Amino acid sequence: MPDFASSRISIARQAKDRIFRGLCYGAAALGVLLLVVVLWGAVREGFSALTPKFFRGYPTASVSRAGIMPALLGSLWIVLLTLAISLPVGIAAAVHLEEIAKKTRLNAFIQANIANLAGVPSIIYGILGLAIFVRCFGFGNSIIAAACTMSLLVLPTVILTTQEALRTVPMAYREGSLACGATPWQTLLRMTLPCSSAPILTGVILAASRAIGETAPLLVVGALASTREVPRGIRDPYTVLPIQIFNWSGMPQHAWHVKAAGAIIVLLTMLLALNAIAIVLRNKATRI
Amino acid sequence: MRADKFQAKATSRAITEWCLTHICLLAGLLSIVTTFGIVFVLFNEARKFFAVVSPAEFFFGRQWEPMFAEPKFGALPLMAGTFQIAAGSALVALPIGLLIAIYLSEYASPRIRRVVKPALEILAGIPTVVYGFLGLTFVTPILKSWGLPLDTFNALSGAIVVGIMIVPLVTSLSEDAIAAVPKATREAAYGLGASKAEVITNVVLKSASSGIAASFILAISRAVGETMAVTLAAGARPNLTLSPFEQVQTMTAYIAATVKGDVPYGSTGYQTIFAVGFTLFAMTLSLNLLSMKLVKRLKKHHA
Repeated sequence: MPDFASSRISIARQAKDRIFRGLCYGAAALGVLLLVVVLWGAVREGFSALTPKFFRGYPTASVSRAGIMPALLGSLWIVLLTLAISLPVGIAAAVHLEEIAKKTRLNAFIQANIANLAGVPSIIYGILGLAIFVRCFGFGNSIIAAACTMSLLVLPTVILTTQEALRTVPMAYREGSLACGATPWQTLLRMTLPCSSAPILTGVILAASRAIGETAPLLVVGALASTREVPRGIRDPYTVLPIQIFNWSGMPQHAWHVKAAGAIIVLLTMLLALNAIAIVLRNKATRI
Repeated sequence: MRADKFQAKATSRAITEWCLTHICLLAGLLSIVTTFGIVFVLFNEARKFFAVVSPAEFFFGRQWEPMFAEPKFGALPLMAGTFQIAAGSALVALPIGLLIAIYLSEYASPRIRRVVKPALEILAGIPTVVYGFLGLTFVTPILKSWGLPLDTFNALSGAIVVGIMIVPLVTSLSEDAIAAVPKATREAAYGLGASKAEVITNVVLKSASSGIAASFILAISRAVGETMAVTLAAGARPNLTLSPFEQVQTMTAYIAATVKGDVPYGSTGYQTIFAVGFTLFAMTLSLNLLSMKLVKRLKKHHA
């Protein structure tokens, strides 16, 4: 901070300086405060809903017995399937752009295109999924249709974070491996990818938390409003936690809002756990 | 004999590697297929819609009643709703987000950065449906208790929660732009006797202006495309109004509400989803492209 006492800055300018600094500090404090308020708002409302019955129960029509078990399992199914589809494809695309591709116009176009896809509203992916997976491929309102839609949605995230991860590996590592006689693919599989595994994993977690929290596209591709069935296979109908939250929030009675807040606590706990893992991984990665 | 075996192994490896290389290329091409898929799907159904309804009615009509016996397809109320949410959330998020970015890059100690940055990242990771819930059950009651004449669903709460939602985006992108301003530029300004606030407002922000503008535009694009928070907080009635106290329906909220109900496949009602979706896609795409162009200009500026 400049020392005003010895400088010739006028009182008015000093005051302006202080006001500006105060504004910046205030905004930052507000940012942290907002997070606290958001979390507190959900916890205060929904804490009483968190009973063992809530986790075991089905989304019944009676408030007192309603629970999140099918939604929880549905979310799990969709996250795991989404990762199973989007990770291999996303990492392969990143490898193509970062390690294999020459600087052709096609590759520049792919790169710009991925940046654009990252900004497409999620509900548009839902419409795409509705037209392609639900109707054209005939998957119907099934888990596989939802996971395919979600995979397209998270692919740009996976590709962009993997690209960044690959860039952190120094060129000298690759050159050393090639100089030992490894082929480019051996270098990639045994040197470059293992060396960038921590930041790639961070990207994976980002994709997973996106897939857990997204609601709009699943609304479009036909997640159920309520279900008595637990999904047992990829062709089964399903519901997920965010959809459950959405439905309960839309009810007029306050008791449903308590249930919604309870489900929000469960959802946020899962997301915070994922985020914590990502932060630990990132700190580990920056130490290399 | 041994040489033969070695040769065969090398050949099979070459084949495997050729396959792997081309699989990677295909994965890269999938992104282009996705984009064309989106454009094709939206355009194809929207075309059928515009064969029945004139574009003039869609873009300038003041009544949106697609499910009525005598349907009216004027999308202006939906666009007005989207505009209201986007403008309101920008009013909330742009100043706060930019000030936090300035604080983080110019004032904060490393220790405080380690608290504020993860807090913002968590804020950015909270699902939008949660923001919607809080808008409906938390923000609206508080604003009502202040004596504002609000509907249960209203544009004001929607704009506030969407604004909170996009603050982290504004902050992280603006911070990148501010950090890209060379230290020598700041020192030159200090050398001329400017105070810290003067250096920041007159020199740093001006130098980073195209990057900051890019972050603003991207944030607005996010607000335009946001669905769950506005559906829950702002409502589901198409309403051509500028009053922030009333219920409105955005383009995204219309799509969400319509697919949830049972619209007969292939009907004009079904096609409205695609017509509205196409308009939405065109809006966000042009905003995103504009933002990218500004970032490119910033990079050239500092190169």
